[in-house]
Amino acid sequence: MKEEKGSALILCELSKLYENGFQALSGINLEVESGDFFALLGPNGAGKSTIIGIICSLIRKTSGIVGIFGYDTDVNFSSAKKLIGIVPQEFNFNQFEKPIDILVTQAGYYGITRSVALKRAKKYLSLLGLWEKRGVSSRMLSGGMKRRLMIARALIHNPRLLILDEPTAGVDIELRRSMWGFLQDINEAGTTIILTTHYLEEAENLCRNVAIIDHGRIVQNTSVKSLVRQLQVQTFTVDLKDKLSFVPSVRGYPIRKVDDHVIEVDVLSHQTINSLIVGLSDQSIEVVSMSTKTNRLEELFLKIIEKNMENKI
Amino acid sequence: MSRYEIWIAFVTIVTREVRRFLRIWPQTIIPPVVTMALFFLIFGSVIGSRIGSMQGLPYSQFVAPGLIMLSVITNSYGNVVSSFYGSKFQRNIEELMVSPTPNIIILTGYIVGGMARGLLVGLIVSLVSLFFTDLSIFSPMIALAIILLTSIMFSAAGFLNAIYADSFDDISVIPNFVLTPLIYLGGVFYSTGLLSEFWANVSLINPILYMVNTFRFGFSGVTDIDIFWAFTMVTLFTVVLFMVSLKLLRDSPRLRS
Repeated sequence: MKEEKGSALILCELSKLYENGFQALSGINLEVESGDFFALLGPNGAGKSTIIGIICSLIRKTSGIVGIFGYDTDVNFSSAKKLIGIVPQEFNFNQFEKPIDILVTQAGYYGITRSVALKRAKKYLSLLGLWEKRGVSSRMLSGGMKRRLMIARALIHNPRLLILDEPTAGVDIELRRSMWGFLQDINEAGTTIILTTHYLEEAENLCRNVAIIDHGRIVQNTSVKSLVRQLQVQTFTVDLKDKLSFVPSVRGYPIRKVDDHVIEVDVLSHQTINSLIVGLSDQSIEVVSMSTKTNRLEELFLKIIEKNMENKI
Repeated sequence: MSRYEIWIAFVTIVTREVRRFLRIWPQTIIPPVVTMALFFLIFGSVIGSRIGSMQGLPYSQFVAPGLIMLSVITNSYGNVVSSFYGSKFQRNIEELMVSPTPNIIILTGYIVGGMARGLLVGLIVSLVSLFFTDLSIFSPMIALAIILLTSIMFSAAGFLNAIYADSFDDISVIPNFVLTPLIYLGGVFYSTGLLSEFWANVSLINPILYMVNTFRFGFSGVTDIDIFWAFTMVTLFTVVLFMVSLKLLRDSPRLRS
């Protein structure tokens, strides 16, 4: 492999068989381009965290090749590790240390001098709203702060590839949005980002490309846009101004009554919302608001997983 | 990593280890010093004066090197086992494992951290002993060499224990049920010349006997065993423990599944 060029990540026939006989990964092939914002989706136990563990050397692969910016991890793991920043799912820092010490120590493990580390720590703690908390014991931080601290720690050595395992799990909506903004900024600055998430809205809003993994195999690997294009039907929840005395009927749009003021409508990909609204207006039904019933990607995700299950059966 | 980067990583680990045991000095420094001061008081002054001489030395002078060695052994071992297992327990060991720091630097950093605590406590205990006895130095090089080797060896042993430990119970079993009996039966408080031939021979399989006697030789010039053989044995143990720890750090499923 060439070094520090080409794809940010290449997984070639990657397999993992745990000692208890559980086959976590079965011949995974995946390529993530440099500069990409990539989502790795899958249900619990699909193999997402195993892939991340192997990339960062916390889990040993059974077979296959892992390449980081051209470095084969079997040949030059040290150089590859310098290019990776990891934000794990669980808190894994010393809760008795101060955030500033955690960052400076982590930088030291990458051979970064204390003076440089202090400057970078100030930069990332400030960007993530933690500078005021730099001197308190980390166990005193809130859950959201601890998660941001792990992001700052992962960035302290300026990695070219940032991998986040469920970064916004358990984080409130406001903080989640601000973290999205931060991640988009560093991606635009050139850092390749791979994230696993259960919030499919997160993948749809942030990521350009996506791989769906199930039972240790990649079942879909495409752009988020083309994935969404595969959606045939979206279900909309429509709030009505007046109480319904009957279930309205609009040609081509299956409608179900939820309660006296709410209906659900299935809209095919070639149909328009305008026609639906006009059809309802013709029956003197005024629409107050409408929203998609579920996240679009979520619907598709469930269909892909279900299809994968059917194929196995 | 370049050599300079590796050096920074090494200094970072050692600094973190030293900062850790200094931050909790009431748990790490004071208790062993108080315990050893009590040993000196009881065995050196109160009982020691009635025991008389041992190997031609006043009992307080005979027992002092052993007590210093005892504190170095337990503190070197205890520092590494508690620090590394604590990092495993809190999972912050992953910070080091995902970094490019070579395994040999990780192991050496922890060992130097253990040596720092063991030798610091040993130094304080030595100073405390001066209140109770006169410590003369027969061979400073031998005393220094054996104390350094011993602290390396028991730091590596602590590292090994921490890798295998799955609970806090597991890190106290070896110190309580293996290390303490070996130390107390390792000639700290008596000369093997007082034992019957059978038990004197049994004592020869206790590696701590060699360390204590060699250290005592460095102070007083008297010993129960051959100094060359003692150095050979301690060096061998140290190398084996270091190599096994290094292999486990790389391959153990307890660290990387």
